[in-house]
Amino acid sequence: MSVDLETIQARLLDVLPAARITVRRNPGPAAQHSLLVDCADLVDVCRMLRDTPDLAFDYLSNVTGVDWLDSSMADAVAAPAEGEAAAPATGFLEVIYHLYSTTRRVGPLVLRARTIDRGANVQIPSVVAVFRSAEFQEREIFDLYGVEFTGHPDLRRILMWDGFEDHPMRKDYVAPDDCEYEPTPHAAVLQKAKRHYAPS
Amino acid sequence: MEIDSMLEDDMKSQGVHVTSFEQLINWGRSSSLWPLQFGLACCAIEMIAATMAKYDMARFGAEVFRPSPRQADLMIVAGTVTKKMAPQVVRLYNQMAEPKYVIAMGACAISGGPFKEGYNVLKGIDRFIPVDVVIPGCPPRPEALLDGLLTLRAQIAKEKLMGSHRARHADPLGTAAFPVPECGAHDLEPTSNREIWHPLPVLREVEGVEA
Repeated sequence: MSVDLETIQARLLDVLPAARITVRRNPGPAAQHSLLVDCADLVDVCRMLRDTPDLAFDYLSNVTGVDWLDSSMADAVAAPAEGEAAAPATGFLEVIYHLYSTTRRVGPLVLRARTIDRGANVQIPSVVAVFRSAEFQEREIFDLYGVEFTGHPDLRRILMWDGFEDHPMRKDYVAPDDCEYEPTPHAAVLQKAKRHYAPS
Repeated sequence: MEIDSMLEDDMKSQGVHVTSFEQLINWGRSSSLWPLQFGLACCAIEMIAATMAKYDMARFGAEVFRPSPRQADLMIVAGTVTKKMAPQVVRLYNQMAEPKYVIAMGACAISGGPFKEGYNVLKGIDRFIPVDVVIPGCPPRPEALLDGLLTLRAQIAKEKLMGSHRARHADPLGTAAFPVPECGAHDLEPTSNREIWHPLPVLREVEGVEA
């Protein structure tokens, strides 16, 4: 069962009048609309969604990240409302939360939070204090996208090794060129393998 | 020294068995291979199936999976070797006592398989340790693993223990341990052991690239 985002937005703004929460419509056939939440309000919004009895979003099912190198694409999947500013052109990282209510049997409620850019300002407050299930997922996003979750109790890499410096799921990541030998190259692997072909 | 096979058969029929130390030792080795008990991915499930009652690897003397590398003499690399895992696999191999053998089971252990383009997948364990038998498949069926085991047994039976063509483990100067790669800032360091890994020269006709 889907959720009525306008109602939830109004309920949240009743309690947190200073919060910046906007409804983002997804124009595609999936029509998975979402709430864009400002980083500063994220933890309060999550606690509010969990603890308000008639909202009762008690289950954080999934946390994932997106690297928006081209931020016009970010607006294409989550369209800003009339008069709302477009996404900054510099690109940014986005973290997406899927919340469900097990008691009311509704969901998913999709929350989005965005970093300022892809360079130094990649901090997003951690929601581990509200949803313990976010701990490993935030570590994974930190590992693969490089989002720094402030307030996370144990922010370490979880999949790659500790000394690793890159963030492999970022769009501008270049994987090590170690396809020297490829028995049946095709497509992108063929292009990679060609660089190792013997010069004539 | 080779024994005349007709003479050997003739004597066998009379109840006299003739053999050489080499044959005897190789027969003993090939008949009781103790694999190292470790699995890395789905191939390990097939490896487990091969040891159970239906396929029964015990028929070929390889059912005693040892949980310690000190007691094992066969390493079955069953599954995807990630770059994070590769140093541990090489270290386990180094800790095994000679003579030791390696089976690369499945596409991932051979070349990275379907994850070949992955940033964290080692493109073949033969980059760091010498592989005796490769078993293609994704994953190979238990029968394929048994066939690989029989292939390895046949190889061991033909091993030379003396002379210039002797096996690596019979050579006092042979290498028993190989350098363990380090997990570096972007990749394994080094990315392969060039002393043992010799990729086939890539020479093929491709549009725009002259072979």
